[in-house]
Amino acid sequence: MKRMRIALVAAAAAATLALAGCTGGDAPVESAEPAPTFEAGTTMARLQEAGKVTIGTKFDQPLFGLVGPSGDPEGFDVEIAKIIADELGIPEDGITWTETVSANREPFIESGQVDFVVATYTINDKRKEVISFAGPYYLAGQSILVLADNDDIKSEDDLVGEKVCSVTGSTPAANLAELGAVPVLTDTYTNCLEPLRAGEVVAVSTDNVILAGLAAQNEGEFKVVGEPFTEEPYGIGLKLDDTDFRMFINDVLEKAYEDGRYEEAWNKTAGTVLPFVDPPAVDRY
Amino acid sequence: MTGASVLFDAPGPKARRRSLIFSIIAGVLVVAALGWMFLTLNAPKESGGITLPGMFDASRWDIYADPEIWSFIIFQGVWGTLRAAIVAAVLAIIIGVLFSLLRSAETAWIRIPTAVVIEFFRGMPVLLMMLFILLVGSTGQYWAVVWALAVYNGALIGEALRAGLVSLPRGQREAGLSLGMRPLQSKMLVEFPQAFRQMLPIIVAQLVVLLKDTSLGYIVGYQELLRVTLNNLSSFYGNRYLFSLFVITWLLYLAMNLSLSWFARWLARRGDRRLRPAKGGPLPEDPSQAILVAQANAAARQSEDNSSR
Amino acid sequence: MDVVIENLPRYLEGFTVTVLLLVVSGLAALVLGTIVAAMRISPVGTLRGVATVYTEIIRNTPLTLVLFFCALILPYLGSRLPYTVAATVALAVYTSPFVAEALRSGINGVPVGQAEAARSLGFGFGQSVTLVIFPQAFRMTIPPLINVFIALTKNTSVAGGFFVVELFTVGKELANANGDAVIAVLLGVATFYLLITVPLGLLAAQLERKWVVQR
Repeated sequence: MKRMRIALVAAAAAATLALAGCTGGDAPVESAEPAPTFEAGTTMARLQEAGKVTIGTKFDQPLFGLVGPSGDPEGFDVEIAKIIADELGIPEDGITWTETVSANREPFIESGQVDFVVATYTINDKRKEVISFAGPYYLAGQSILVLADNDDIKSEDDLVGEKVCSVTGSTPAANLAELGAVPVLTDTYTNCLEPLRAGEVVAVSTDNVILAGLAAQNEGEFKVVGEPFTEEPYGIGLKLDDTDFRMFINDVLEKAYEDGRYEEAWNKTAGTVLPFVDPPAVDRY
Repeated sequence: MTGASVLFDAPGPKARRRSLIFSIIAGVLVVAALGWMFLTLNAPKESGGITLPGMFDASRWDIYADPEIWSFIIFQGVWGTLRAAIVAAVLAIIIGVLFSLLRSAETAWIRIPTAVVIEFFRGMPVLLMMLFILLVGSTGQYWAVVWALAVYNGALIGEALRAGLVSLPRGQREAGLSLGMRPLQSKMLVEFPQAFRQMLPIIVAQLVVLLKDTSLGYIVGYQELLRVTLNNLSSFYGNRYLFSLFVITWLLYLAMNLSLSWFARWLARRGDRRLRPAKGGPLPEDPSQAILVAQANAAARQSEDNSSR
Repeated sequence: MDVVIENLPRYLEGFTVTVLLLVVSGLAALVLGTIVAAMRISPVGTLRGVATVYTEIIRNTPLTLVLFFCALILPYLGSRLPYTVAATVALAVYTSPFVAEALRSGINGVPVGQAEAARSLGFGFGQSVTLVIFPQAFRMTIPPLINVFIALTKNTSVAGGFFVVELFTVGKELANANGDAVIAVLLGVATFYLLITVPLGLLAAQLERKWVVQR
């Protein structure tokens, strides 16, 4: 990411000691295996040769993809992306992270501005028409967050006719409308907490993993209730019909499931708040 | 009408006292309102069965002791904002110059399409333009923000420059032509530099708007001050810091914009002294006021022209 | 283009909210701006000071922050406004200094003789301002005021981020739901905005020509 590099250079010029922590530190030890070889002409070969990859992820999603003052994103999505990059033979400092928001994910993939996207990205048929998905690597589900002392709302049925906060243009918002709730919409989930506190909405509803992050950040004030009432398989977005690359990522995911790297990635990030569940089977469509 | 003093009698002792008392009452009311706001914000609040600390409680402000957060806010946020604003400003001025020249062209088939294009850009929300450029042009976030701001503000600056051109005394152009210059030469060498200088404060005022509007880059996920603080950092440290991040963001914007406005005023004063317009009237100190006066002047001249033909 | 026609009801829904935001916050900004303008020329020092500080602060604050304040901070001050009203308040507050500036320059454009004449007729400050100065200033400032309202029209799109479902929000939702026709969706949104802003722009140009002649 160019701007980040500029920022880092500028920071270094200002002799900010604070940044020392983010550049060195926890780069993984190079895997002892010999560098993988790929068939010429494939995306994998191209990326490996360049030694660089651009990955789209969220920058504002606790537990999955979140940027702090160090400037490097962290979270489960980020760890998964790093595993894939590693399998391509690309070191961590060869990764350029780009923030993807819901409005720019598909366009970025289509125009090649990112090589792939790992960003709590729900696989669905409409999206499959413009891009392809590897995975899924995680199964989330829409759930409900309420104030900790609210005992009236126990499941999605209690939301009918009530005001519920979610994010504009997101799948959860559409689900809420279908359910008969009144969606109250904003741009980011952190904005949703104030209406909840003020009693303007009775609940916040989106994927359970996002809600768990919000609840964990505000200890004791909120709770997640009910069982997830939808299935949101998170996939890795890449260019439409790049089947070789898709199969490669699927292979990497399955390998990571088996050798424990997947579980390790989870425990390091989302696992601090959420229990580990067995990964879903990848869908080799 | 410049001084407001015409509107009321020079106050006598009694009126002065009344005015003073009124002043004091108003002042006390303002201070009381601010104090009440402070106290209300600082009151602890019950929520979800636990008590949240007040907005000015130390626990909501402790993250700022860490220099890392400041380097992030400054080098990612403020720099992200300035980096987009500076490039967009340069482009906007270039586009504005082009627009104003095309818009005041002699030939109708240049003038009219330009007017339509300007009207189109002026009427589109910047948010929509950013999104559109990102999706259609595949430019990446940075250039989507820069181009949207450049085109929109370019259209407005172009209109200001045109008003400046029209408001010039006609003799300037005539003098240029009588010196054997071709119309375009006269425009570029004689009229335009004057219009530009006269409109400088307005252009800078428009640049304040441009700087503020970089905050709309959130729509395409561009990392600037507002997104870095109210989105990234508030997600990272948690919602508890939303208020303090809001206050800090606000202060940073005020600092940036007020320095730019101050610069605009300084330019206006300086330009005023050196290049007092031939007509003699001093340029109003306030840039936004200057544009209105200039527009009114321009319109007046235009209508004079029309009626004399 | 099918997407736009299919979703025309949704567009119209959003458009109605946008128009509502524009009209109500526009009127409120007019009132607020007039008060601020009057304060800035009043004989009472504190009022002048407050109005100046208010103008400077609001004019240098991004709209997003004003909306943020009205939607998320005001509830802490005991406000129970629904979000549409909060957004209207924010837009009105944000627009008011621009209205005040337009009026103020209009007032400055009224010849001093008019004020002197008013004074010589025995009018006090309030009377001179309301009966003589403002009516004339208003006419001078109508074209710039229309430009302020054009800007306001576009600014309503920012309210979409703060719990108000207006035209731009509808566009964003539709764009998200129709990944294959995003450009058509956005062009539809643009058309609706131009439906408001272009006629306003033409009106401003027209009035500018007409009224300046009369002076």
